[in-house]
Amino acid sequence: MATEKSSIFDMIGPIMIGPSSSHTAGVVRLALAAIDILGAIPEEAEIIFYNSFARTYEGHGSDRAVIAGLLGFATDDARIKTSFDEAKKQGLKYTFRSVGNASTFHPNSIRFKLKKEERNIEVLGISRGGGLIEIEEVNGYNAGFTTGLFTLLIFAEDKTGSIAFISNILANDECNIATMNVSRKGKRGVACLVIEIDSELRPLSLEYLRSLSWVKEVIYMLPLE
Amino acid sequence: MSLLFDSFKDWQTHCQTNNEPLYKSVLEYETELRGKSETQIFENLSKAFGVMKDAVETGLKEEMISRSGMINNGAKKVYRYPTPVLSLEFQHLIARSLAAKEVNSCMGRIVAAPTAGASGILPGTLYTLQEIHNIEEHKILEGLLVAAGIALIIEQNASLAGAVGGCQAETGSAAAMASGAMVYCLGGDINQVFGAVAITIQCMLGLVCDPVAGLVEVPCVVRNASAAAIAFSSAQISLANVNAVIPVDECVAAMGEIGQSMESRYKETALGGLAATQTGQHISKKVLIHDIEMLPDEEDSITN
Repeated sequence: MATEKSSIFDMIGPIMIGPSSSHTAGVVRLALAAIDILGAIPEEAEIIFYNSFARTYEGHGSDRAVIAGLLGFATDDARIKTSFDEAKKQGLKYTFRSVGNASTFHPNSIRFKLKKEERNIEVLGISRGGGLIEIEEVNGYNAGFTTGLFTLLIFAEDKTGSIAFISNILANDECNIATMNVSRKGKRGVACLVIEIDSELRPLSLEYLRSLSWVKEVIYMLPLE
Repeated sequence: MSLLFDSFKDWQTHCQTNNEPLYKSVLEYETELRGKSETQIFENLSKAFGVMKDAVETGLKEEMISRSGMINNGAKKVYRYPTPVLSLEFQHLIARSLAAKEVNSCMGRIVAAPTAGASGILPGTLYTLQEIHNIEEHKILEGLLVAAGIALIIEQNASLAGAVGGCQAETGSAAAMASGAMVYCLGGDINQVFGAVAITIQCMLGLVCDPVAGLVEVPCVVRNASAAAIAFSSAQISLANVNAVIPVDECVAAMGEIGQSMESRYKETALGGLAATQTGQHISKKVLIHDIEMLPDEEDSITN
């Protein structure tokens, strides 16, 4: 992303709420990415602010921003200011924690622990400035995607040839792979494959991926505005 | 292929070779980058300018008190004060720049142009210029395109982020964008537009980013007003063809060089300058969160 050229609407924009693009707009987008991964507005959320965020999250309105994002509000939604009231209305229960010295983490890191019915997820993300974000971890697996492109998260059995198989399906849809990240918890366990692609995947291909016996779960995310 | 916005020199050559106004190549750049039509781009610019004007008006109308209490309806007080120090227009310019930035500090809607910390400067200046000179909206939008082109070049050759280049990178860049846009809107030629950018940067060089308690409030809000004033003074100087002497690309390079050698305590870390003063420290203790866990071992084990 660093080499990607800026849009003029990064210069005159984004239109946003809150004092700081990294502490407010970026935080809304991190929460939006987290609910995309959960696939729903959560019922319960634990939010951990790290490092630079840990002390200033109130003053910058990062707490309101994070709740607004978990409710699906955009970065320029005026309801960010009153998101705590909105959360009460929609039945979202939340707690905040601050951790001051996670020295291995980026200065602006947030961890989400979200719950909706039986589904629990954990997401670690960073706010890189100017509203740009990166998702570092999903459920303990390395992720490393920016939400700027179409993103596929595939949790599958760690078996030989699976990556070639999946990239073939993408090639058939003429989806160009921008980045790919593979991580696993031990040999022959479950591996997590994160693929960023330049264009949309056909619904049929998505369905096919999900139907494969060795694929546990597929999360497909559209680019965040 | 469209112009890359690597330097003001190339932009000028491109415009002169193709006999084009400055905004044209910015439009082409965006069309090529994002595949948007000219109509869509102008619609988005119009939306952005609308948000800028709304921010000015909201800041002058609604209650503006920040969570820390450091920002407390300053813009309205300035706007309504019975004695204009210079002129009514100047008083309004200052009040409007404060107003849009106060909206930002108080969780209202703004356009980050180029950043949230500098979001009062383009609204304050362009709102006031449009009112004084009765400029039609489309011309202002062309001016915003010129401003975007200016920012693209500064971003490449210096920085737009306080954490990288200090306050000069944020309010300095915004003032340069505003000054160039205003000269363009008043019919200035390329030399006059770029001269205004050069002079503005010369006036804003070296400014450090030292926010009290790390919040985008003090001195950010008042610096948006002074940056707006400097944008006007540079526009006035350059329109009269007063030579900036140091070419605009070299001014930008100087900004980059100063930003690089600036110590990190002056780059948004709230460790130096006003943030480090006795009062700054006192405020910081009052407004920051103290209920903080220190769990490095646990967190490390999760990452590794």
